[in-house]
Amino acid sequence: MARSTFLYVTYIRTTPEKLWSALTDMEFHKQYWFGMRCESGWTAGSPWKLVSSAGEILDSGEIVEAEPPRRLVIRWQHQSKPELKAEGASLCTMELEPNGSAVKLTITHTLEREGSKLIEAVSGGWPKVLSNLKSLLESGSIALQEAYPA
Amino acid sequence: MPAPRRDTDLLFKALADPGRRRLLDLLHAHDGRTLGELCEHMAMTRQGVTQHLDVLEAANLVATQRRGREKLHFLNPVPLQEIYDRWLAKFERPRLRALANLKRRLEKTDG
Repeated sequence: MARSTFLYVTYIRTTPEKLWSALTDMEFHKQYWFGMRCESGWTAGSPWKLVSSAGEILDSGEIVEAEPPRRLVIRWQHQSKPELKAEGASLCTMELEPNGSAVKLTITHTLEREGSKLIEAVSGGWPKVLSNLKSLLESGSIALQEAYPA
Repeated sequence: MPAPRRDTDLLFKALADPGRRRLLDLLHAHDGRTLGELCEHMAMTRQGVTQHLDVLEAANLVATQRRGREKLHFLNPVPLQEIYDRWLAKFERPRLRALANLKRRLEKTDG
């Protein structure tokens, strides 16, 4: 089946446990996700949503798999823009593997449609979010304050 | 797998070759390609392309995924974002501030 996939890999000098909590802690999200936060119970079947700093629900879905501190799968549907919402749900898989003194974080974001606009849209955001996350965990401060600086 | 300390060296070394930059451009245009598909667009041997892909993968610029018997190659933009954050954004700020100061000074003189 035709699909759109983006794959992101980063090596972060931390432990799988710390990285897992950074990925699943709403207060931690705000520090590296440009003010946005994910809300969820973080167990399989629990609802999940990505909320802007103004409180708007940008994306929502549910946790498909949660295996701390190794694997998290989210069914992820955009909610804010009608043309992206119409594409249906995407699947975002986060895998954490110890790698020497670091953790390899692999994020795979897939939608069963060729040339997905949603996947295109998230592709601009993920590298910035991950670069900030790496910087925050390794040095205690983020690299970028705004996703799209003027 | 890259040792953390050598990340940056591997990254710039990987980017220093035109053939490897072409491979990144090819993946940017169309992600998730097999070795065979990439070879069609490269004027070099299959072995040469494999070696370049290995260097790109060691620098974490290319990530691979197995799908059945195929190995698919993806452009991983995260290290490029790190270069941007570390080497560009940092140096851009003083320059923008200098321009803002210049503008303020010139406009004050005019007024």
